[in-house]
Amino acid sequence: MSPLLSVAGLVVDLPSPAGVLRVVDGVSFDIPEATTVGLIGESGSGKTMTANAVIGLLPGGAVLDGALRWRGEDVLRADPGRRRRLRGREIAMIFQDPLAALNPTQRIGRQVGEILRRSGMRRDEVRRRVVELFDRAGIPEPSRRLRNYPHEFSGGMRQRAMIALALAGNPALLLADEPTTALDVTVQARILRLLRSIQRDEGLAMLLVSHDLRVVAHVAHQVVVMYAGRVAERGPTSAVLSRPAHPYTRALVQSVPAVRTRTAIAHPLPGAPASPARRPAGCAFHPRCPLARERCRSEQPVVRQVADGRWSACHFAGEVSRS
Amino acid sequence: MIEVRELTVKFKRFVAVDDVSLSVAADETVGLVGESGSGKTTVARAIVGLQRPDSGTITLDGVRLGPVARRPKARQRAIQMVFQDPRSSLNPLMSVASIINEAWRTHPDSAPTGDRTMAVHRLLEDVGLDPSVARHRADELSGGQCQRVSIARALAVKPRLLVCDEAVSALDVSVQAQILRLLVDLRRRHRLSMLFISHDLGVVHQIADRIAVMRGGVLVEEGPATEVLGSPRHDYTRSLLDAALELNTHHGEVGK
Ligand SMILES: Nc1ncnc2c1ncn2[C@@H]1O[C@H](COP(=O)(O)OP(=O)(O)OP(=O)(O)O)[C@@H](O)[C@H]1O
Ligand SMILES: Nc1ncnc2c1ncn2[C@@H]1O[C@H](COP(=O)(O)OP(=O)(O)O)[C@@H](O)[C@H]1O
Ligand code: SF4
Ligand SMILES: [Mg+2]
Ligand SMILES: [Mg+2]
Repeated sequence: MSPLLSVAGLVVDLPSPAGVLRVVDGVSFDIPEATTVGLIGESGSGKTMTANAVIGLLPGGAVLDGALRWRGEDVLRADPGRRRRLRGREIAMIFQDPLAALNPTQRIGRQVGEILRRSGMRRDEVRRRVVELFDRAGIPEPSRRLRNYPHEFSGGMRQRAMIALALAGNPALLLADEPTTALDVTVQARILRLLRSIQRDEGLAMLLVSHDLRVVAHVAHQVVVMYAGRVAERGPTSAVLSRPAHPYTRALVQSVPAVRTRTAIAHPLPGAPASPARRPAGCAFHPRCPLARERCRSEQPVVRQVADGRWSACHFAGEVSRS
Repeated sequence: MIEVRELTVKFKRFVAVDDVSLSVAADETVGLVGESGSGKTTVARAIVGLQRPDSGTITLDGVRLGPVARRPKARQRAIQMVFQDPRSSLNPLMSVASIINEAWRTHPDSAPTGDRTMAVHRLLEDVGLDPSVARHRADELSGGQCQRVSIARALAVKPRLLVCDEAVSALDVSVQAQILRLLVDLRRRHRLSMLFISHDLGVVHQIADRIAVMRGGVLVEEGPATEVLGSPRHDYTRSLLDAALELNTHHGEVGK
């Protein structure tokens, strides 16, 4: 079966004062139907640019290459009308900062109902459906709350309102970019639980972008690890986390601060995350990699299959979980 | 060493910190956790003297501390703070060397007697930076480097207590682990006491001997880190623990 979305060799070039910056450099992964894919990496690794490319929200001057196939249809080269219909309907997005996405001067219920009204739904039906969506997103007393403005909601409630808004168009894919990063831990856990249950109940596919491996570990079936605009490794979440096939993934796993173990600081990775502006030659990870050797400095590893469903961009993938 | 007794801080009618008592012994690291708005930063600001308490006392070695402006210099410098945002807590246009020299100008009794350039280099090496960083301006540094400079600036005046308010929260995990490791090493090398504030229980667990939990301005639980995390007594601590994500729980279990 062909995947819902297939990202193949995606390249995003952005103009910058120092010349063209390749912020996404040949990224490939699939999102199967009804599956959550986690996109993980440190800041500046290109996660947001990848997700935004999928939905067609890139800064002016951005140049794309590669392919984005939606149910087999090449949407990167589709006409703007088609791309607009795709965005907001079949693909919806929720962001880290819901305030930036919600209109401060409009009642939340009205904003959530907007897409329904535009599709020609009757007023009373719109209201009924909005109440349903609020309820689905876990907003208490929905019929009263839909009269509120965004500033009358707490951070967690705003994120729920964003989720209701995203679900209004009945999408097949939900892009969630750091949806819980700004929230308190207890609220974060509730929102993640909500996203998981919605994903499961509605049979949605989800691309969950996060810098926090713990978040991705709890929600994603599959994980794509990015480093300096490229894929370092991808595969089923539990397999990737328990037996990483890339030294960068292994380092991320080891440096997760856990409540039950005190090992995150035992062997910190040296150096700072590479930026696309100063991407080291060969394997971009080589200056920080404990397994690096001569070949890594000159030859850029390709992403290759290293086991069933497991892909790695390390020349020495087989050594990672052995050493 | 430092003792906070029955501290209360109000903003107009709002009680941000309510009757909090907390102490940090010599060589000890105390973690202060709690959700946003629970009063952690306000406690920290009162300790360093940036926030006037409405009631309660703060003592250093048994001697009461007033507001920062009225603290004797030696007592001011005994307590240094490292903030969350490494960029906005350093003047971006100043060189790293001048940032550190400024700390010595403020507290001349902690300034080195010999060659200042060499002293700056030693300090930078102490926090894991290359001495060549001294010439750079703060805005040329990465987030992790900035945080190391903030720590070097605090150490420059030879403090006894380091108050770290979300000092690693804005950093990427790999850099976060480096800075936590640095703090643990420095604490041993310099026999520092630390009050380490974070909303992330996992982060606090890496570094704290004891943990204090705040909620709505009130300190609800306090004890050895292993006990507070292993067998919490207060429901609120338990709910924080339930919400804390771990890697080893399988896909499908987010809290309860
Ligand atoms: N200068 C101020 N004026 C009025 N209210 C304040 C002021 N500073 C803090 N508060 C309030 O006091 C309470 C405690 O704030 P504080 O910054 O100490 O919390 P915190 O635990 O550090 O939170 P966070 O995890 O978000 O940093 C909050 O409700 C806050 O809004
Ligand atoms: N609007 C923009 N103009 C130029 N460069 C940008 C812009 N947004 C992001 N970048 C650069 O693109 C790279 C990838 O950024 P991003 O996708 O936001 O990373 P992430 O989401 O993984 O933190 C970074 O180097 C960042 O500095
Ligand atoms: S290719 Fe070389 S440098 Fe890159 S991750 Fe593998 S071992 Fe490390
Ligand atoms: Mg991002
Ligand atoms: Mg605070």
